Amino acid sequence: MKTIKCECGHSNPFGTEICESCGKPLTNENSRELINMRYEGSAVRSQTYNKTIVDKIWNFFSSVKVGIWIIIVILIAAAIGTIFPQEMYIPPNVDPTTYYKEEYGTPGQIFYLLGFHNLYGSWWFLLLLAALGISLIIVSIDRGFPLYRALKYQRVTRHESFMKRQRLFAVSDTGISMDRVKRVLAKKHYRIKEDNGNILAEKNRFSRWGPYVNHAGLIIFLIGAMLRFFPGMYTDQTLWIREGETVAVPGTKTEDGQYYLKNHKFIMELYGKKDKEYSAALDKTGNPVPKNYQSNVTLYHAGPSDVVGAKPELKKERDARIKVNEPLSFNDFSLYQVDFKLNEFHRMNLKLENKKTGKSYGEIKVNLFNPKSTYDLGNGYKVEMVEYFPNFKLDENDQPTTENSVPDNPAFVFKMFTPETTKGETAFIGIRKNVEAADNKYKMSFSGIETKNVSALTVKKDNTLPIIIIGGIIFMLGVVQGLYWNHRRIWIQQRNGQLWIAAHTNKNWFGLKREMQNISEESGLVMPIDQSDEKSA
Amino acid sequence: MKKKQRLVFRSILLVIIAVAVGYTLYSNVFNDKSGSVQKGDQAPDFELTDLQGNKVQLSDYKGKGVFLNFWGTWCKPCQREMPYMQKEYRNYKKQGVEILAVNVGESRVSVKNFADRFHLSFPIPLDGSREVTKAYGIGPIPTTFLVDKNGKVIEKTSESLSNETIKSFMEKIKP
Amino acid sequence: MAELSSTLLYIAFIIYLIATLVFAMSLSDKKGKENKAAYTRRWGRVGYVLSILGFISQLGYFVTRWMASGHAPVSNLFEFTTFFGMMMVFAFILLYGIYKTNALGVFAMPIALLVIAYASMFPKDIAPLIPALQSDWLKIHVTTAALGEGILSISFVAGLIFLIRVVDQTSSTKKTKMLEIIMYLLLCVFGFIVVSAISAAAGYETSFNFTDKKEQKVELTYNVPALVGPPNGTQADDHFGPLVASPSWMNGEQAPRKFNTFIWSLLTGGVLYGIVRLILRKRIAAAIQPKLMNLKPELVDEISYRSVAIGFPVFTLGALIFAMIWAQEAWTRFWGWDPKEVWALITFLFYAAYLHFRLSRGWHGEKSAWLCVIGFVIIMFNLIAVNLVISGLHSYA
Repeated sequence: MKTIKCECGHSNPFGTEICESCGKPLTNENSRELINMRYEGSAVRSQTYNKTIVDKIWNFFSSVKVGIWIIIVILIAAAIGTIFPQEMYIPPNVDPTTYYKEEYGTPGQIFYLLGFHNLYGSWWFLLLLAALGISLIIVSIDRGFPLYRALKYQRVTRHESFMKRQRLFAVSDTGISMDRVKRVLAKKHYRIKEDNGNILAEKNRFSRWGPYVNHAGLIIFLIGAMLRFFPGMYTDQTLWIREGETVAVPGTKTEDGQYYLKNHKFIMELYGKKDKEYSAALDKTGNPVPKNYQSNVTLYHAGPSDVVGAKPELKKERDARIKVNEPLSFNDFSLYQVDFKLNEFHRMNLKLENKKTGKSYGEIKVNLFNPKSTYDLGNGYKVEMVEYFPNFKLDENDQPTTENSVPDNPAFVFKMFTPETTKGETAFIGIRKNVEAADNKYKMSFSGIETKNVSALTVKKDNTLPIIIIGGIIFMLGVVQGLYWNHRRIWIQQRNGQLWIAAHTNKNWFGLKREMQNISEESGLVMPIDQSDEKSA
Repeated sequence: MKKKQRLVFRSILLVIIAVAVGYTLYSNVFNDKSGSVQKGDQAPDFELTDLQGNKVQLSDYKGKGVFLNFWGTWCKPCQREMPYMQKEYRNYKKQGVEILAVNVGESRVSVKNFADRFHLSFPIPLDGSREVTKAYGIGPIPTTFLVDKNGKVIEKTSESLSNETIKSFMEKIKP
Repeated sequence: MAELSSTLLYIAFIIYLIATLVFAMSLSDKKGKENKAAYTRRWGRVGYVLSILGFISQLGYFVTRWMASGHAPVSNLFEFTTFFGMMMVFAFILLYGIYKTNALGVFAMPIALLVIAYASMFPKDIAPLIPALQSDWLKIHVTTAALGEGILSISFVAGLIFLIRVVDQTSSTKKTKMLEIIMYLLLCVFGFIVVSAISAAAGYETSFNFTDKKEQKVELTYNVPALVGPPNGTQADDHFGPLVASPSWMNGEQAPRKFNTFIWSLLTGGVLYGIVRLILRKRIAAAIQPKLMNLKPELVDEISYRSVAIGFPVFTLGALIFAMIWAQEAWTRFWGWDPKEVWALITFLFYAAYLHFRLSRGWHGEKSAWLCVIGFVIIMFNLIAVNLVISGLHSYA
């Protein structure tokens, strides 16, 4: 391997700009410009090899420039994706192929055709995120390790031109107490290393690792996000559950069995007159404002069973109230209140009446989800259900049929038997639609309806959360570590009977200068001059 | 030597990343039907009661081919294929093929009226709570699974079937 | 309590206004008997103390309103925008404390004032919280995010000062034009406030009936004279009528009204800009530049960078991390590509790019200052446009 040997005797990796040991600038040695202290002038690894295809890929991602470009491309793509709503936010029952054109015209159509309607799940957006992840990994490896080496092996006594070409630099005649200088520096929390009467005072070196720590956090975060797609890590299901119903919670079947849920009651509360502090705002909107959505439920668990649908033996786990912002969590799962339907028809009451006298011969209660085929009223009075249409409509041939199995518009064909009409009379009963033979003597009439609320809950399991959380915490620590502290170094050297002082910080020069001012006032050390000021002035 | 190590390290890291990203892309973009029963899977066992009140359990039909259909009375395409199913049921029952037409979430009365109208004689298990429907991950109905004598799903379709198709399906699962 | 609260907000507003004038005075050339440095330092201190007093008064508004409403007053556009202005002032207090630069006050305080005045254009009633907002995370997430955005805004203020200080004004260039555009846009916000305030004082109202895209009849009431009417709309009264109809592709039934107000802001901004130019007889930035000549550009550059360094972690914590924790509780998922979420991510990515440009590619000074300007545009876009233009889950605030 090629190395560069410095005059101090240290062998530096190829590509090094400043000798790792003594700090002598190895490139444009004779310049008088300030040296670039970025990464301590250590060799960024990628720049040293460029032969195989692997190296070429590696080098591509190792460039910070490429990393920045990836960030910018993601940023622009993400911004374009918000111009019109994503496919997941458009109404569920519309066709996206026509929706975007109808709703947003030609721009909408272009948006759709270019695939921006499903941008964040598209392969190329995911590839961009992956590229960002790869860039994070490679950039960190390539720069982190050399930087670590450089800071670990730095020598106290630095080369003459290293000193001269620091931004803060001064030369003064000796004649001050080095002990006092050291005391002052120590008071300012500097760690002091000495060599032959020369001093290197350093503090907050750890802040230099900030970028690598936060990159590591981001990588962990991205890995967590990726794990979602591995089997068993993630569940997302919706559960519509009526009051009084007990159902298996979808997606919660494990080797130990299956969870069941009973919905006792769904509650919706609105803001009203009692909430005086909001009366002005409430009057202005005129619309009711919801205060609370809540399902009172009981969670059950049943032992393992290989057969779906069989009546299981339920063991009560606990009672709970599920509200928005207050999900019910158990095991790996959480149940969230996400939607509801108020007053769904549940039971319909009808009376058998004599048409002429209006006399009633009893009432039948029809469970709209499971009606009986015969209702016996005693004394020879009986009603048979011939047809049942939970959500009645007429089809294209004007035949009665049902839209679906939800009893939103129930209709029945009854056959009524009485001692008087033993052959039975037929009548069609629906909401505001009654059809019957004119000579019928008896009729069925509505006498009441019972409704129930339906609650929609989302069942969620996300085993990637712990990884995501760890990634987030590490990222935050790294960012704070890197941005809220700065790495400061002060070199003091005796040279030819003079005292040379140089100081460097990775950022926040104003703060360093203020500190140097303080140090020089307290210790008598000469205040270094900002050489970048001189240049610009 | 060091150079070679570096190359190996870089190669391994890049391969790991490529595989992980590839898998993620594959499962996210090209395979969004997770959670539902697919062709090649073992058909999950279930137990329901049919119109007559008899217990119907899928595993009882081991050794026979099962034409497993999910349907509703209100669904026109379902209605269209029912007479064909009835016809082929008569022909193939003796040859060891059974039809289970699981009704999705309707009341006994509705289903019974429907079955009477179309003179259906095959077992119609009632999935009132839709548990089985959910376990199979049924989207639109009708959905038909062909389960062979070993309980394996060899075909899944969500189309309204013609008489010919049903016939060819029966041939496929004849034990 | 609610009345006390709004009184405190007025007081804060007036103190901020005075503080702005004091800071501006401290930069003026009128040297009396005393020397320039002492004069600047003294009036700078006065301005700083006033800023702190104003902040305390606004804090009083915040606390009393919280007590009156029973929840943290950050739940609608008025409350949030006011709070954002307050956080800008707080960030200014913080950074002035470190760098003691009066010029920062001359720009930061009026921009905060504009933000607060803009906020007062939204309905100010104390509104109840819908179930999705009833969470402790409301206050944690929103306040932290606003604080982060406030600190990041100071980087824009410092960047702007830097640009006015260094951009060569001897001839008209792209850069001088861009600077004037920034000045013009700030005047547009001012123009918006002026127009809205005058119309509100006059009690002006005109309404339209029109059919929207969903084939529903909608009545739309404008509070400023209609320059732009709804597509195919009929005016219900005989007030000044619309000159043109707004484009039909605009989203939402309120779009024509918002578009009309937007046009008004641009026009008023233009008129204001014209008047200022006539008085100054040179570019606004060129007129300010001489007052800033005592300022070291490196110092302003560092203030700008420092604001990003302090604000970026706070913003990330509030607008992304706390937001994700809350979204996981309320919406069942920590991330759902809702427009507001996406724009928070865009802000994050932008400042991440800024830090990389600065740390790894050595973008200091001017380039860095222009980036800060763009960053502020993104923050403002997320604050205003995403709520008013792009509909999403965050439509309430």
